[in-house]
Amino acid sequence: MDMQASKKKLGLKERYQVMTRGLDWTPSYQKMEDIYPYVAYEGIKIHDWDKWEDPFRLTMDAYWKYQAEKERKLYAIIDAYAQNNGHLGVTDARYINTVKLFISGISPLEYVAHRGFTHVGRQFPGAGPRVACLMQSLDEIRHAQTQVHSISNYNKYYNGVHDFHHAHDRIWFLSVPKSFFDDAITAGPFEFMVAIGFSFEYVLTNLLFVPFVSGAAYNGDMGTMTFGFSAQSDEARHMTLGLEVIKFILEQDPDNLPIVQRWIDKWTWRGYRVLTLVAMMMDYMLPKRTMSWKEAWEVYFEENGGALFKDLARYGITMPKCAEQIALEKDHLSHQAWSTFYNYGAATNFHTWMPDEDEMAWLTAKYPESFDKHYRPRYEYWREQAAKGNRFYNKTLPMLCQTCQIPLVFTEPGDPTKICYREVDFKDEKYHFCSDHCKAIFEHEPEKYVQAWMPVHQIYQGNCFPEGTDPTVEGFDPLAAVLKYYHLEHGRDNLDFEGSEDQKNFDEWRGMATKNV
Amino acid sequence: MSNVFIALQTNEESRHIVEALLEDNPTAVVDEQPAMVKINVPGSLVLRRTTVEEKMGRPFDLQEMQVNLITLSGHVDEDEDEFRLSWND
Repeated sequence: MDMQASKKKLGLKERYQVMTRGLDWTPSYQKMEDIYPYVAYEGIKIHDWDKWEDPFRLTMDAYWKYQAEKERKLYAIIDAYAQNNGHLGVTDARYINTVKLFISGISPLEYVAHRGFTHVGRQFPGAGPRVACLMQSLDEIRHAQTQVHSISNYNKYYNGVHDFHHAHDRIWFLSVPKSFFDDAITAGPFEFMVAIGFSFEYVLTNLLFVPFVSGAAYNGDMGTMTFGFSAQSDEARHMTLGLEVIKFILEQDPDNLPIVQRWIDKWTWRGYRVLTLVAMMMDYMLPKRTMSWKEAWEVYFEENGGALFKDLARYGITMPKCAEQIALEKDHLSHQAWSTFYNYGAATNFHTWMPDEDEMAWLTAKYPESFDKHYRPRYEYWREQAAKGNRFYNKTLPMLCQTCQIPLVFTEPGDPTKICYREVDFKDEKYHFCSDHCKAIFEHEPEKYVQAWMPVHQIYQGNCFPEGTDPTVEGFDPLAAVLKYYHLEHGRDNLDFEGSEDQKNFDEWRGMATKNV
Repeated sequence: MSNVFIALQTNEESRHIVEALLEDNPTAVVDEQPAMVKINVPGSLVLRRTTVEEKMGRPFDLQEMQVNLITLSGHVDEDEDEFRLSWND
């Protein structure tokens, strides 16, 4: 006999039930702890996985439908952008350096996020979070792929992006985002969800995608704008997942609160340190600026994050302690970061430069408390020196923070004239830190962080030269050997924007685009 | 009271969604930025399917909004007829 078809189409809530929990089953001949071996050791107690619900109530069939539509829109635009030589329409060629930073610093993280969500999705015993993690893992690999496809068009014309994945695993400053995600995927499944799902996606991702992508649009980069918005349309779902995770864990058992609070404190700080790259991009690398780092921080962290933590107060969650230090740093972060990259511009896969007069005036207006006093004089001196043919490139390797891996370039909270150093002795070795927060993170899990692959240490140990290099020969140039190991061509991929091949080509090509030759 | 917000790509579809949001949420404030539009509302926000359909002149599934969505803030609750954002403070 034919199956009786129901008369009414299922509603959204019923469909969600049927397509998530309805597809789950209870194992009969394997033990739960053998199937889900990682779910207990972090100390998080879950009593009822069915309490979990995706508030969007998105099911896999609807997921494929909307993702397919996003892809069709995206690839039509990528093609049109490439066919129309869209890269020549960007404000000026300096802009392209933000794209280089993105593909080598951020896109590989999308791929690692894909792996992370595949892993934790497999590890959670509940059908609701499993489906949500499956969707997010698919989103993340889509982001990695669409970013590579969009930015490959720039690789045809500009330097520094030819081997982004090789770069990501080796170049000194790229160890900052890389080690951030490595730290997350080597944590337990609940910590990963709080780290990436909540702290990164909910609290911080707006600061990465919204100003960056809106900035791309403002600077005429349709390709980046489109992949960025296409990715961001998934982020809204990721953020919702992140918030749902926190509420779910906290409602399950009061013992979960201190564990979750510690993770939120740790990962908000870890994520914020990674966003240093975004801060300098917003204030220095976008020729046309949408908003300053400080303004973005105020809108997306202080206002929006403030609302979030006020809401979570009913569970006993408080604003991470690091927010106080971050508030003190917001007038300084981007300037200290850009100064560092200007110094080390011989060892980067993008170009650096000094802001021009108009840009300095913008910085003065946006940072009245700090820019003229602490940073403008430094920049004017460097600019003067460059004009005399003494463009400064720092060849001394810096001390790195063992936790965030950023060179020790940040100043003491409340005293922008003094570099902040912290150290800890652990098993007869000394470890250095950029801040009290990075130090505290290390002290809680020293066995984890002593294993960090520190780029500067690795260079000094001779592990970052091409195979067969003999560093004992007379006249050995360590920087040249390190650049070869990075697959960077000296004088082409690195150094100042002024006089670069990118600058010259862009001017010439743009000239050809507007004149008959 | 904290704001909830929703940000959409500026295009022909989201233009109608924004119109519907403004009609259904009298306290909404529009913040237009390059290529995107952000709607801030104190406390909570609602988007009604029927209002969007009226503006668009065609049937609309609220989940279609996924395609144009950029970011949001607040607790989400969605069914066939309404999409809601709120803070509990």
